[in-house]
Amino acid sequence: MGLLELLNGARWGVHPHDDHKRPAADVPLRVMPLPAKLCVPLLQHVGAPAKPVVAVGDRVLRGELIASAQGNVSAPVHAPSSGVVVAIGDVTAPHPSGLPFAAITIELDGKDEAIPLNEVTDPFSLEPAEVSQRIAEAGIVGLGGATFPSAPKAQLGRKMAVQTLVINGGECEPYLSSDDSIMRERADEVIDGVRILMHATGAAEALVGIEDNKPEAIVAMRKAAEPFASIKVRPVPARYPMGSDRQLVQVLTGKEVPSGARTASIGVLVNNVSTCAAIHRAVRMGEPLHRRIVTVNGGAVARPGNVLVPIGILIEDLLAFVGLKETPARLVMGGPMMGAALPHAKVPTVKGCGGILALTAAEITVEDPSPCIRCGSCVKACPMGLVPLEMVARINAGDYDGADKMALDDCLACGCCAYVCPSHIPLVQSFSHAKGEIWKRAQQRKRNEFTKGLAQARVERLEREARERAEAAAKRKAARAAQLAAEAAASTGSQETSA
Amino acid sequence: MLTAVLSLAMLGLILGLGLGYAAKVFAVEGNSLVTEVVEMMPGTNCGQCGLAGCTAAAEAVVGGDAPATICPGGGSTLAQAIAAKLGITLSLEGMEDKGPMVAEVAEEICIGCGKCLKHCATDAIMGAAKQIHVVLNEACTGCGGCMDDCPTGAIGLRPLPQTLRDWNWQKPALAA
Amino acid sequence: MNTSISSALPAVAASPHAQAQGSIGSVMRKVMLALAPATLCGFWFFGLPALSLWLVTVGAALAGEAACLRLMNKPVTSTLLDGSAVLTGWLLAMSLPPWAPWWIGVLGGLFSTVIGKQVFGGVGQNLFNPAMIARVALLVSFPVQMTAWVMPMTGAHAPGLLEALQVTFGSGAIPDAMSSASLLGQAKSELSRGVDLLHVFANGLPTSFSGERPGSMGETAVLLIAAGGVVLMLMRVITWHIPLAMLSAIAIPAAIAHGINPARYLDAGTHVLSGAAMLGAFFIATDYVSSPTSRAGQIVFGIGCGFLTWVIRTYGGYPEGVAFAVLLMNALTPAIDRLVKPRVYGRDFKGQPLVLKTGGK
Repeated sequence: MGLLELLNGARWGVHPHDDHKRPAADVPLRVMPLPAKLCVPLLQHVGAPAKPVVAVGDRVLRGELIASAQGNVSAPVHAPSSGVVVAIGDVTAPHPSGLPFAAITIELDGKDEAIPLNEVTDPFSLEPAEVSQRIAEAGIVGLGGATFPSAPKAQLGRKMAVQTLVINGGECEPYLSSDDSIMRERADEVIDGVRILMHATGAAEALVGIEDNKPEAIVAMRKAAEPFASIKVRPVPARYPMGSDRQLVQVLTGKEVPSGARTASIGVLVNNVSTCAAIHRAVRMGEPLHRRIVTVNGGAVARPGNVLVPIGILIEDLLAFVGLKETPARLVMGGPMMGAALPHAKVPTVKGCGGILALTAAEITVEDPSPCIRCGSCVKACPMGLVPLEMVARINAGDYDGADKMALDDCLACGCCAYVCPSHIPLVQSFSHAKGEIWKRAQQRKRNEFTKGLAQARVERLEREARERAEAAAKRKAARAAQLAAEAAASTGSQETSA
Repeated sequence: MLTAVLSLAMLGLILGLGLGYAAKVFAVEGNSLVTEVVEMMPGTNCGQCGLAGCTAAAEAVVGGDAPATICPGGGSTLAQAIAAKLGITLSLEGMEDKGPMVAEVAEEICIGCGKCLKHCATDAIMGAAKQIHVVLNEACTGCGGCMDDCPTGAIGLRPLPQTLRDWNWQKPALAA
Repeated sequence: MNTSISSALPAVAASPHAQAQGSIGSVMRKVMLALAPATLCGFWFFGLPALSLWLVTVGAALAGEAACLRLMNKPVTSTLLDGSAVLTGWLLAMSLPPWAPWWIGVLGGLFSTVIGKQVFGGVGQNLFNPAMIARVALLVSFPVQMTAWVMPMTGAHAPGLLEALQVTFGSGAIPDAMSSASLLGQAKSELSRGVDLLHVFANGLPTSFSGERPGSMGETAVLLIAAGGVVLMLMRVITWHIPLAMLSAIAIPAAIAHGINPARYLDAGTHVLSGAAMLGAFFIATDYVSSPTSRAGQIVFGIGCGFLTWVIRTYGGYPEGVAFAVLLMNALTPAIDRLVKPRVYGRDFKGQPLVLKTGGK
């Protein structure tokens, strides 16, 4: 900041003039009454899907493991309430494609019986590995939306000897306030989670970055963090995408994460505030992650606000709870900048879902794109320093490699470029498409190599079989020849002897 | 006059030498193109193109005797890659892009004769004689060679099922 | 009620699901708004002939655009309403001699949108600034009409309606009493006659901040042009990069040269306040389509425009060089965009990922 900043305006990002966070953020937290059924998906995280450990017809209790983690990067899934498993199979994923994914459907009995929890009074007496173990068993993943499993992340942090934890309370997406809500109402839990995470990773300090449009959260968190000198609450300017790990790390520590590397490579580990609260509950109380705070907001919602919901609740049940003023023009899971448009309301929530938006037609401007006038707004808005207008021109011409050379890979899909574009060019869709095409081509190459290997193996096998047959035939021939020779010899011998 | 003639001559000489030097330094190996195209092909020598294996097909494409769309197994992805490599414009007409295809055995028709097993270039069909066969999606190139061998017509091609992982956004239509 | 939302949702759309206010039309309207005070001032100074020339030029630019769109079967009305053709014609009119005959405006207007813009593919596709392309084409083709300047006149001296129509649509002859040379033109011709500037402008330079001097509408109301530019910056339509770089690159060489030999070189203030320097710096060189997109690139571009302007004014055959300088730099824009890119986060200026400092903390 300084003169240059003043002259240039912000170096990156956008500053939506109305962030739509209030009044929803100021409504006290509500608890969702239990619905009739839940669809708990098996893949709610980055990595391999969890594997069901219950069968249809089993009765499960709140907190009971219903699907276990597969492999190193994965997370188990737990039942959010008591009931009977009625189906294990495909439900519509909360994804724009409307494609199905696997989920465990539980019909709740309303009794909400829980399994006994394995509490720990002093988590700091545990070995760091044990803490990670408890985090892993609780199925905790990054709740900011990235949904990377928290236990392997903490282990990675320990291995790389990270010094700094950056706690992400940025919540820069407009409309959303679930992190704000947890910081206001449960600041002690968040700070305790931060301390446990510091213990698990061995980090010496924690920087809690909170956008300055959340003064109540800053006050609450400052109060909760006061006894701990190593935890510092740092207000940061409200500017989208401040909640992106790379941007927040740069603002808080001044360090820049190299392209293609994780923040751990520069000694920083980023965790969301909601994740920290979940870690507190998991490690101290042994409570697995089966519910979370979700912001329900948007112009079509009658009573917007933050709701504590069981994971796997159907969006339609949640919308029925908050009420709708009008039929929404679009349903979005996540924020308006990066969230996924939903095909319909019969989709379950997942661990990474911090918000459900029911937006009116007036809120989503759907204007046809006009030609690019090269105004450069996207270049100024891009938080990664990319040149979106050039990339989209290449992609439009089918030159995916050209776009890739312009560091398409570094694009966060944050949506700043498309947000500011006066020509309404769907830049993010174009970039997502190109990334998908590049990925598909890589997959096709891998597949080619695999089938090529198979074909090669088959050719070798056929050759070997032919050779073996030929050898066997030769052997048989030789044996017969030897036999004939022996017979001949015997006959001549006998003749000789007889002669 | 003389200066002009001389300077133009000098200019021509310098540029000519430069071009000659560049031609030598940046010379492209003769037939590496065929090798590169062979590398791109499925390499299963399935023969569905009507030529004797992938190398023959690659030679035909590079030589201009066959279109870039020659390989049924490679699909439009391969056709586009080859066209980009050879710098030719691609006509995907006659090549419906249904995405990657895989063979599928209709279980109720399959008699378990095992003829398809012998033909498959990638050993993608599993099953013993007198048993119903299944196709391994990962190994199948969708060349369709097995379809011709099946006496009961139990094998067909179907698109590789779409999953969340390989779903992709459409390329957005931009204003002209 | 939920069944209704489940069935009523339209096809899914990609993120973001929000958009800042703004469109091509709104950008163009803001530029016009910033240009309006200077234009009105021009009408005041040069009377009705200036207004009719302005109308003719803008109309011709619109007609050229409409004809091309019709020919190419593209939507006509919506594209015309985005205002880019109006602005092109407007900017061209600002750079013409205000009492030029009507056919200058018609030819220029048509040339700007047809050859300068639509031939390249329409809005966003043109390599060169359409208004400047047209101005240069007119200047090269019709040097007499394009250098026939008049003194500003207000009140009683201003021509009446009939006289005004006579100026624009009639024989086109400007009464000698009113014709005058522009400052840069005067300097150039006197220098070429061997008279040094100290003698030419012995009574002081005829620059005045009120703008009462011969020249185009964009030259006379120089302060209002500058004010409009500042308004554009405040509205965040343009940034300071191109205007500041361009004006400094005119002023600095001018100041140095004037310091060395005031008899041969005009001073920096005259350069900045004369000709199309101000109009060029704020309204012409900042044209989105034909200027670089990155901040650093814009500075390079601005410096190029400014320096070339000074070079052409000082050593070239024409007294004014903004149009030529901008066009030359337009040609370099793709190269600048390629060479001067913003640094990608996490990468060095060459685009390679940053190397981790091992060991150090």
